[in-house]
Amino acid sequence: MVGDASSWSRALVKISPYTFSAVGIAVAIGVSVLGAAWGIYITGSSLIGAAIKAPRITSKNLISWSLNHLSVIFCEAVAIYGVIVAIILQTKLESVPSSSIYAPESLRAGYAIFASGIIVGFANLVCGLCVGIIGSSCALSDAQNSSLFVKILVIEIFGSALGLFGVIVGIIMSAQATWPSKV
Amino acid sequence: MYGFEALTFNIHGGYLEAIVRGHRAGLLTAADYNNLCQCETLDDIKMHLSATEYGPYLQNEPSPLHTTTIVEKCTLKLVDDYKHMLCQATEPLSTFLEYITYGHMIDNVVLIVTGTLHERDVQELLEKCHPLGMFDSIATLAVAQNMRELYRLVLVDTPLAPYFSECITSEDLDDMNIEIMRNTLYKAYLEDFYKFCQKLGGATAEIMSDLLAFEADRRAVNITINSIGTELTRDDRRKLYSNFGLLYPYGHEELAICEDIDQVRGAMEKYPPYQSIFAKLSYGESQMLDKAFYEEEVKRLCLAFEQQFHYAVFFAYMRLREQEIRNLMWISECVAQNQKSRVHDSVVFIF
Repeated sequence: MVGDASSWSRALVKISPYTFSAVGIAVAIGVSVLGAAWGIYITGSSLIGAAIKAPRITSKNLISWSLNHLSVIFCEAVAIYGVIVAIILQTKLESVPSSSIYAPESLRAGYAIFASGIIVGFANLVCGLCVGIIGSSCALSDAQNSSLFVKILVIEIFGSALGLFGVIVGIIMSAQATWPSKV
Repeated sequence: MYGFEALTFNIHGGYLEAIVRGHRAGLLTAADYNNLCQCETLDDIKMHLSATEYGPYLQNEPSPLHTTTIVEKCTLKLVDDYKHMLCQATEPLSTFLEYITYGHMIDNVVLIVTGTLHERDVQELLEKCHPLGMFDSIATLAVAQNMRELYRLVLVDTPLAPYFSECITSEDLDDMNIEIMRNTLYKAYLEDFYKFCQKLGGATAEIMSDLLAFEADRRAVNITINSIGTELTRDDRRKLYSNFGLLYPYGHEELAICEDIDQVRGAMEKYPPYQSIFAKLSYGESQMLDKAFYEEEVKRLCLAFEQQFHYAVFFAYMRLREQEIRNLMWISECVAQNQKSRVHDSVVFIF
């Protein structure tokens, strides 16, 4: 199964499972936050501009927040998913004796955490973009016609559900990560 | 990257796009126009406008009002909006916004040159210029005797300079030459603007090419109608049409040989979008053509707001405001001259 000294299959097996795990965790939170930040700036720039001529879209009244902040909160939720999954993934890391680091079970655990991180990271990236763009349209249309807001918010909720799918699959996947038990 | 502007457009354009949409919400509605059409005096008009975005600009104007004051103040509001957006804009939006004013610049140059030819006072002419098309050396336009001097002395420093390459002649300026110059400049300007929009790509290119093509076609029709019965030859007329648009190239060939309005109509009715415009007019009638074209333009400009993440909204907003000011001017004139029965003749409702 393992090829020449310089082949990809050999490299993949010889990279420490801990490296894969660490990269997976980093991607889970890093890319999620990228998606959240991207979404917030898309929404935020439109929201601020639209609020100049229609201030009501950012302040319904002094006590409660405007519904338009929901767009930003949906984007923020994407970053929170990333944080949660990164925390879950890092609890999966266990130390194993150096003799069994390259055991098949260790490799499986490493790949599982890596894949889980990739799934969550990129699912949240596109989810953040989706919510951000809809949020921007939502702010602009709310400024023109306030009856449109709720209709667009429904679309936005469905958009933000996409990120949850990634989180669910990522968590199920990371359940596969079992390291060889210490003897 | 077509279809992916949504990801990056808001970095530079998001804030301003939202602002321009906010301005758009301030345009007068059909209800406002209905109220304005009921007015008996110019002070009534001022009172109705005080509830709109024009309010702050008109509130300190003493009675009796004049139509010119109303138009001047409304234009001032447009110019203020424009300057505010231009200050905030970054490349390439700032260049795009500057392109919008070049049309006014051409009109101003022509206004000054024609005025000087008829020995009018320069100061008086300057007051009539559209404020969006002003540039530093505009007052010195009056000294030029022919096209070459006009170019060398004044226009070489303005953004219009590249458009002059086609019309530098040593001929003396006369009414005919000036009109040809205006159309040649406008042709070069529209083609340049068109190319610039194509370069921007994405939804901007798509929507702007539609709007500019309509503008080019409308100018082609107007040139044809205005040159019927003049000494302009067919080839010269053909040269004034812009090299893009729905009519290019076969429609232009047909328009170039038209000799009366019904032939123009025949040529235009082959194009479905224009068929509906000409269908509104009875045979042999050309007075209502302007209004029909304006209505179609307003319809297209409003559609530009249906898409997000593109620059055409800025163009559309500026044009709609200009149309609104034309409407206000017409209504005020009708009210001032007690011609209220004609008030609906030239008003184009925007929403």
